[in-house]
Amino acid sequence: MAGRDEVWFDDAAGPLVRPYALTRGRTKDNRHGLDLVTLVVSVQPEVHQRRVEPEYADVLWVCERPLSVAEVAAKIDLPLCVVKVLLADLIDRNYVIYRTGWQPMRNAPDLNTMQKVLDGIRKL
Amino acid sequence: MESASSRPGPAIDAVAVKVLISGGFGVGKTTLVGAVSEIVPLRTEELITELSEGVDDVSGIEDKSTTTVAMDFGRITISPELVLYLFGTPGQDRFWFMWDELARGALGAIVLVDTRRLDACFAAIDYFERRELPFVIGVNCFDGSQLYDVDEIRAALDVDPVIPVVLCDARQRESIKEILIKLMEHVMATARLAESVPAQQARSSAIT
Repeated sequence: MAGRDEVWFDDAAGPLVRPYALTRGRTKDNRHGLDLVTLVVSVQPEVHQRRVEPEYADVLWVCERPLSVAEVAAKIDLPLCVVKVLLADLIDRNYVIYRTGWQPMRNAPDLNTMQKVLDGIRKL
Repeated sequence: MESASSRPGPAIDAVAVKVLISGGFGVGKTTLVGAVSEIVPLRTEELITELSEGVDDVSGIEDKSTTTVAMDFGRITISPELVLYLFGTPGQDRFWFMWDELARGALGAIVLVDTRRLDACFAAIDYFERRELPFVIGVNCFDGSQLYDVDEIRAALDVDPVIPVVLCDARQRESIKEILIKLMEHVMATARLAESVPAQQARSSAIT
């Protein structure tokens, strides 16, 4: 693993190079099964931001309040596959927690949830 | 930016669900999302590298090229326990792998149709039919340019008679609310039918 303070790039490397270096090419890594609408929230970002690289700190601040993975990606303007890896690393360190409402793989939100969605839309 | 999202967001233990907004390029998907979303529609991007090679026609191109596929989406926090996301599917129909991620766990979809370019929505309709994802057709009436009635459009699209076809205006919040209600009613009717089918089969086999 590279030393934490090792700087081998500059601005000319472009905005994407560094996040890809951080993820070390793990763009297909989805070890926690994060979905577009998985809600994530950071734990004590003010404490943990000092212990991580700037890109990770950005993620911590963005999801100070619960946000979906898609919103995190949009707000820090990085591709989804990169953001999923950054989030997964933070989840491994317990700096971010997450929850999915149901298992998206099962592909079946229940009727009760559907009714709540319908009622909610009617009240808009 | 924060002032725009001053509404309380979801709690971490909230259930997050999604609905897809689909249709041809420029048909008004992002406008529709913006009409009902509590946040200004956000854009998220995914990168396609080697995955696209089997799908896109890149024969003869040896370099591994990277394409960006963008999705616009919005949010409706129904309660602190329930949040609904509206995702516009990528305009380019060939990014099927992204559609798969979008469709996984989705409640249903709205296929937005422009009658001047009816064929632009066929790929979306085919996709949702194949995946058995419930959907409704929203006919976006641009500036009152409505040349056809619902029956004519239904006949032209050749969709199942149970699929609702609704005239709408993607800019109008009330109009989009109405189509979302139609969609959820259709989603629930489909789910109830799916639940009752095994029971019916059991009953009919008991009779014979």
